[in-house]
Amino acid sequence: MNSALEKLSPWAFTICLFVVWELACRIFKIDKFILPTPSEAFVAMAQYWSPLLRHSAVTLWTTMAGFALAIAFGIVLGLVVGWSRAIYRGLYPVMIGFNSIPKVAVVPILIMWFGIGEVPAILTAFLISFFPIVVNVATGLATMEPELEDVLRALGANKLDIMLKVGIPRTQPYLFGSLKVAITLAFVGTVVSETVGANAGLGYQIALAGSNFQMPLVFAALLLLAVEGIVMYAAFAYVEVYFTRWAFRSSMSAAA
Amino acid sequence: MTSSVDIDDVTLTYRGATGAVLALQGTSLIVPQGEFAAVVGPSGCGKSSLMKLVTGLLPPDSGQIVIFGNRVRGPVKIAGMAFQNPNLLPWRTVTDNVLLPLEIVEPHRNRFRRNKAQYRSEAVALLKTVGLDGFGQRHPWELSGGMQQRASLCRALIHHPALLMLDEPFAALDAFTREELWLVLRDLWQKIGFTVILVTHDLREATFLADRVHVMSARPGRIVMTKAVDLPRPRELDICFEPRFTDIVHELRAKIGEVRNA
Repeated sequence: MNSALEKLSPWAFTICLFVVWELACRIFKIDKFILPTPSEAFVAMAQYWSPLLRHSAVTLWTTMAGFALAIAFGIVLGLVVGWSRAIYRGLYPVMIGFNSIPKVAVVPILIMWFGIGEVPAILTAFLISFFPIVVNVATGLATMEPELEDVLRALGANKLDIMLKVGIPRTQPYLFGSLKVAITLAFVGTVVSETVGANAGLGYQIALAGSNFQMPLVFAALLLLAVEGIVMYAAFAYVEVYFTRWAFRSSMSAAA
Repeated sequence: MTSSVDIDDVTLTYRGATGAVLALQGTSLIVPQGEFAAVVGPSGCGKSSLMKLVTGLLPPDSGQIVIFGNRVRGPVKIAGMAFQNPNLLPWRTVTDNVLLPLEIVEPHRNRFRRNKAQYRSEAVALLKTVGLDGFGQRHPWELSGGMQQRASLCRALIHHPALLMLDEPFAALDAFTREELWLVLRDLWQKIGFTVILVTHDLREATFLADRVHVMSARPGRIVMTKAVDLPRPRELDICFEPRFTDIVHELRAKIGEVRNA
């Protein structure tokens, strides 16, 4: 009974949100150039389904391409940073500085280098989403129990043994946890880049519809973006549970 | 009598952020082969530093440590270790946790793939002797604290170390489980016959298990008293309530009280 309620509650909350939004627009007679009702957004979605589908597909693949780069680069850099304290201390300020730069400021540079199109979008998605992956992988390595390291070192284990037997496996929950956060950031990166300079993608669609005062279409594109974000988040949440079931179990038993 | 561990006039200083701390000074300790030695002392007396020195994880500032005739210059590969925290790897089954040292220590690591079935049956047999029969395929988080500590002991012993180093292995367990594990350790030691150095702050534990109990002073730690426990073996738990047992515990306790206030 309770678990059925729990399964339904995300849907219930989403529907509630739309109902409140719809009612608020109607009761306060909000102009549709300011805020269209969700029903108007859905009508626009049905009306422009073909271009929306195309732009959604472009945004999805550029995001996934950028994210794939971020995973590969993030894991490698995370392992390097977590390998030694010296590298950790040396690289961390540089990475924080880099992460503090708003990526929207970088997009024009990328467009100058690679031209308008999908490459700047992929790179922006990559730049914005690799940071949490690096930090989490490095944290997973850095928080290894010193006593466990002693046990292994007393057996004659070298640094590589310790990494392979303990460091890398215990980093998995940190890595998969970070992927959920990073994928939503990757969407932000793609859309920022598409809004500034692109000829396809949901960000481009939003900018275009906005300049034509087609507010329902803007919101239709925003809703599709949210759907893509939720679906990919759910996919990575599933991957996380699937690969690191032991971490969920052991943390539960520790809490009990 | 051959000695397996010979610590000779060792000094160790930790250089921390808040300045140097003299952990050990003029510490000497001899453990004959096959002996069960216990080291007790007030908290913070450098008992754990002693562990790291003997296993070669830390080099001493002066003095020398000889293990089985060889001077310690780096991590010694003939020691098994267990700590207060069982430190099992949660993504491995209990058997795979026990097998971990064989994947690392020479010469087993080169034979590990070839002899896996044989190693596995050794691990299962060892688990059986500590009362974990049938738990090999479970994961550590399915086991109670006492059972995890039993598995941790198996992991420390799977590669047949000549020396077992134990750093307060039973401190986090409840009194009944602790006494059960005393018996497990007693039986393993009598059956296999390795040398043990047990660091503990439980004087009854030290007296029940050890051949000789060494008392350390407050920091900087050194051995201020060595008490031979001449109780007959095999010892049963009942002995803990006999006067000759409690006399020894009282004597140790008085000495520790003395060095704490000194």
